[in-house]
Amino acid sequence: MSTTSKRLRMLMATGAVGTTLALVLAGCGARAGDEAAGSGTSAKPSCVDTSGSTVKLGFLNSLTGGMAISEKTVSNVLHMAADEINAGGGILGKKIEYVQEDGATDWPTFAEKTEKLLTQDCVAAIFGGWTSSSRKAVKPVVEKNNGLFFYPVQYEGLESSPNIYYTGATTNQQIIPAMDFLASKGVKRLFLAGSDYVFPRTANAIIKLYAAKLGIEIVGEEYVPLDKDDWTSQVAKIVAAKPDFIFNTINGSSNVGFIKAYYDAGLTAATTPIISVSIAEEEAPAMGHEVTGHYASWNYFQSLKTDTNPKFIESWKAYPNSSGVTSDPMEAAYISLYLYKALVEAAGSFDVDAVNAAAKKNTITFDAPEGKVTLDGENHHISKPGHIGQINANNQFDIAWASDKFIEPDPYLEGYDWFPADIRKQLVDAAG
Amino acid sequence: MDALIAPLLNGSAQGALLLLAALGLSLTFGQMGVINMAHGEFLMIGAFAAYLVQQVIAASNLSIPVALPVAFVVAGLFGLLLEVTIIQWMYRRPLDTLLVTVGVSLILQQAALHIFPSQGVPVEKPGWLDGQLNILGYEWPLRQLFTILLAAVCVAALAAWLKYTSFGRRIRATVHNRDLAETSGISTRTVDRLTFFAGSGLAGVAGVAASLIGGTNSQMGAQYIIPAFLVVAAGGIGQLKGTILAAWAVGVALSYFAYWTTGSLAQVLAFILVIVFLQIRPQGLFTVRTRSLA
Amino acid sequence: MTKLKPWISLGGIGVFAVLLLAVAPLVLTDHWLNNVGKYCCWAIAAVGIGLAWGRGGMLVMGQGVFFALGAYSMAMHLTLETAGDRIPGFMVLYDPLAPLPMFWEPFRSAGFTLLAIVLLPVIMAGILGYALFKRRVKGAYFAILTQALAVALATLISSTIRETGGDTGLSDFKYFFGFVLNDPANKLMVYLIAAALLIVCVLAVWQLYRSRFGELLVATRDAEERVRFLGYDPANIKLVAFVVSALMASIGGAMFVPIVGIITPAEIGAAASILMIAGVAFGGRASLFGPALGAMAVGWGQSSLGSTWPDGWTYILGLLFIVVILFLPNGLSSLTARFTVRARRGPDVPPTPAIVAAELEEVKS
Repeated sequence: MSTTSKRLRMLMATGAVGTTLALVLAGCGARAGDEAAGSGTSAKPSCVDTSGSTVKLGFLNSLTGGMAISEKTVSNVLHMAADEINAGGGILGKKIEYVQEDGATDWPTFAEKTEKLLTQDCVAAIFGGWTSSSRKAVKPVVEKNNGLFFYPVQYEGLESSPNIYYTGATTNQQIIPAMDFLASKGVKRLFLAGSDYVFPRTANAIIKLYAAKLGIEIVGEEYVPLDKDDWTSQVAKIVAAKPDFIFNTINGSSNVGFIKAYYDAGLTAATTPIISVSIAEEEAPAMGHEVTGHYASWNYFQSLKTDTNPKFIESWKAYPNSSGVTSDPMEAAYISLYLYKALVEAAGSFDVDAVNAAAKKNTITFDAPEGKVTLDGENHHISKPGHIGQINANNQFDIAWASDKFIEPDPYLEGYDWFPADIRKQLVDAAG
Repeated sequence: MDALIAPLLNGSAQGALLLLAALGLSLTFGQMGVINMAHGEFLMIGAFAAYLVQQVIAASNLSIPVALPVAFVVAGLFGLLLEVTIIQWMYRRPLDTLLVTVGVSLILQQAALHIFPSQGVPVEKPGWLDGQLNILGYEWPLRQLFTILLAAVCVAALAAWLKYTSFGRRIRATVHNRDLAETSGISTRTVDRLTFFAGSGLAGVAGVAASLIGGTNSQMGAQYIIPAFLVVAAGGIGQLKGTILAAWAVGVALSYFAYWTTGSLAQVLAFILVIVFLQIRPQGLFTVRTRSLA
Repeated sequence: MTKLKPWISLGGIGVFAVLLLAVAPLVLTDHWLNNVGKYCCWAIAAVGIGLAWGRGGMLVMGQGVFFALGAYSMAMHLTLETAGDRIPGFMVLYDPLAPLPMFWEPFRSAGFTLLAIVLLPVIMAGILGYALFKRRVKGAYFAILTQALAVALATLISSTIRETGGDTGLSDFKYFFGFVLNDPANKLMVYLIAAALLIVCVLAVWQLYRSRFGELLVATRDAEERVRFLGYDPANIKLVAFVVSALMASIGGAMFVPIVGIITPAEIGAAASILMIAGVAFGGRASLFGPALGAMAVGWGQSSLGSTWPDGWTYILGLLFIVVILFLPNGLSSLTARFTVRARRGPDVPPTPAIVAAELEEVKS
C-alpha cells in the first residue's frame, strides 16, 4: 500500500512538473486581449534568399492517396512550365529551382508541407493544391508566414486572401455561365449530383439561388462520398425525378461510376444531358463512350483555337511524363507559374509585399492558351473566357457555347443581386 | 411501387458485388484466418487485367467473357505469390497478417498509379449488357442482372468445389482440425496455397464486375475492403450461406437507406447496422463447429 | 518479455523526458518542433494501443474514434473561441439563418470541453467495451468491428458538412484557451503540454504494467479461460485497459488540434487508425517505450520520406510494414532486448509464444 501511494505521488509530481513548466512558459505568450493579437500576423522576417543565381519555388501536389489520380498531372505540368521558363532565362534572370512535396491527399499534410516549404526550404512561392479542402488547409499557414500560394483549380468562390492567387475559375466564370447555358436551352427541371464535400455543397447552394431567379426548378439533390464509385441508387432517384438536365459537381473517379450507372439506366445525352464541372480531357477517356454527348463547363479546352494553344499542346505532348491531352486545371497550373513570373518581373523583386503591390496596379497579363488573361489585383483572381464543350467520340470537346468577352472574376458575387447580401457579409466577416 | 422495387433490385445487385468481393475473403479469412487487407488491390488487379484483355481483344462483347477467367488466374497468381513469399511464415500470427498486407496494399496501389495512366483506364461494357429489363414498372439495368448472375455462378462453383472435389474435402478437413488433417496425410501446405490462390482469384473476378460499375484506377480496391470484411464477419466465419445472406442484406439495406436518406448517410447507417448486429450475435449468422480450443 | 528493473525503466523515462522537454525545444527549428509535437500526439494514442493490444491482446483498430472525440471536442471549442459571438464561417453558407447546432453550445465553455475530452471517450469505450467483452467478442472480430466504427464515424463527419465541417474539417484556430496561437511562445507552451502528457501517459502505463492489474491483463491475453477459472472476470480486466487506451487516444487527439491547427475525418478513419497501429507494431507492442517511439518514428518517416521521394515514399512505408512485422514480430524493441539478453544469458529468446497461442485461439473461436 505504501509503495503504491509512493508511486502515485511520483506520478503526480511528474505531471505537476510538466504542467508548471508549461504554465511558466505561458506567461511569455500573447493573450487574446493583447494588442499583438489584433494584428494577427507575427510573421518572422522571410528567409527567402534570392541573392544567388536561382530562386526556390515549392510545388505541393498529392502524389499519393486518392487525389493523386488528378494531381499528378498538375505536378508534371508545373515541372514543364519551370523547365520552359528556365530555358527562356528564368525569372528576373534567376533559374527556378523547385522543391516537390507530396500532399498525400491529407489536408493536415498540406498544412505541414506548406510550413516546411516556407520556413525550412525558404521558397519564394508555392504552387499546387486541388481540392478546396487542401486550399483551406494551406490558407492559414501562408497567411501566418506571409507566403504566396498559387491555386490552379476551379473552385466555389467566396474566398480571397492577400497570400493566395487563384488561376482557376471562380463561380461566376464557370458555374454561372453553365446555368445561363441551361436557361438558354430552356431547361425547366434540374437535378444536382455531387460528391459530399465543400465544393459541390457550396456550388449547389449558389446554383439553387440562381436557379430560383432563372425559374429553373431543382427536382433533386444527391451526394455520395468522394471515395465511393457506386451511383446506382442515386441514379434510380434521378430516373424517378424526371429532370431535363443534370448539374454534375462530382469530383474524382466517382464520376466514372456516375456516368456508367447513368448510361446503364438508359439515360442518354440525347434525352437528359449532364453538364459537369470536373470532367475534362484528362478524365473523359476513363469513362469510355458512355460519356459522349454530355457537356462540361470550363474556361480552357484542348480544342480551343487561340494563338498560344497549339504551342502549349505540342510542348505537353513532347514532355516525358505527358498524358497526351491538355485540360483546364493543367492549363491553369501552367498559367500560375507564368503569372508569378510576370508579377515578379513587374515588381522587380521576389518579396511578397512587393509582388502584391505590383498586382494592385491591375496591369499584369499573360498570353495564356485560353487567351490573354488579366490579373485582378484586388481579389487575386484572373479574367477568363467562359466555354461550354460537348464531349465527342474522341473524348475531346466540341465548343457548344463561348462567352462574348472575358469574364471578370467576382468571387463574392457582388455583381449578382440574387446572391443575398447578408450571407456575403457574414462570410466576409467570418473570414475576418 | 417504384419506390419499393427499385431499391430492392439495385440493392440486390450491390449486394452481389459485395458478395463477389467477400467470397474470396470467406476463403482466405474464413477458412485460413488470414486477414488480407490487400484483397481490395487484388480486385484492382482483376480490373486492370480486364483492361489489358480489351487491349488485345477489342470487341467488348467477347473480351469481358475472356477477361473473367484471365482476371481469376492473374489475381490468383498474385495471391499465390503473396502466400509463398510472406503469408506462409505468418500462419501462427494471424492478426499480424493484417499489418503485413496493409504494407502490400500500399505498394500495389502506388505501383498501379505508376504503371497505368493516373486517371485510370476505361473498361468497355459489352454491348449485350446495354438496355434494361422492365420489372413491375421499374427499368432495371441489365448490367445489374449480370452482376447477380456472375455472383451466383461464382458461389455455385465455389460451393461445388468445396463440397464435391477431393480438394474441397481437404480444405474443409484442414479448417475443422488442422493437426488431425495433417496427421491423416493431407498436405496442409498445398491446401493453404490453393485456397489462397482461389480466394485471390475470386477477388480478380469481382474486379472485372467492379470495372463495369466504377472506375478502374489505383484507388478502386480500397472502398470494398472494409465492407467485405464486415460481410464475412456478419455471415459467420467459414460459412458460405452466411456470407451470401449478409452480403445481400447489406446491399439491400444500403440501397433502401440511400433511397430514404442520402448516399453518405446510407453508408453510415449500413455500417452501424452490421456493428449492432455483431454486438448481438458476435459469432455471425451461422457458426461452424470446430474442435479447436475455446 | 524480459522484465526490466524499475530503475532502468524510470531512468529511461527520465532520459525521454529530458530529450522531449528540454533538448528538443533547444535544438529544433519551430517547424520541426511542431512536427515532434504532432508525433507526440500520435505517441500518446500509441501508448494506449500498446496497453490494449500489446498487453491486453485486443487489436484496437478503431482508435481513430476516440482520437476524434478528443480532437473534435477541442476543435469545436477553439472554433467557437475564434468565431466569438458569430456563427463559424463555414456554417453560414449552407443555411445562413439556422442557429449553432445544439451539440456545439456547451463547447463554448472551456471547462466543459476539458471534461468532455476526458469523459466522452471513457463513457463511449465503457459502453462499447462492456457490450463487446461481455459477449466475448475478440480477435479478428474485435479488430474488424472497431475498424468499421472508425470508418462509420469518419463517413458521418464527412457527410455532416454544416454540423462538423465535413471532409474539410475544422481549422484556422486563432486562440487556445485565451492564448494567441500564432505567438511562438504559446506554440512552445502547447508543445510542452503535449510532450508532458506523453511522459505522464508512459509513466501511467509503466505503473499499470507493474501492478497486479498488469499481471492480470497479460494473463488474460495469454489464457483468458484460465483467468476465468481462477475467479476473475476477464471482461472487466479488458474493459479497464480498453477504457484507458481510449482516454489516451482522446488526449492525443485533443492536443493534435492546437499543434497541427486542423482536424479532418481523414485523421480518424481507417488509414489513420491503421497507421497508429503500425507505429506500435514497429516499436514493439508489448514494451514500455516501443509504442511511443514507434509512433514517433512512423510520424517522422512520413514527414521526411515524403519530402525525399514524394511520389514513391509509400513504397518504403509499405516495405517497412512487411519487413518489420515479418522479421521483428515484437518490433524494434525486441532487437535491444535480444542483444541485452544474449549478452547476459547467451542463446536466443523465443518470440513470446504466448501472444502467438492467444491470437491463434482468438481467430479460430
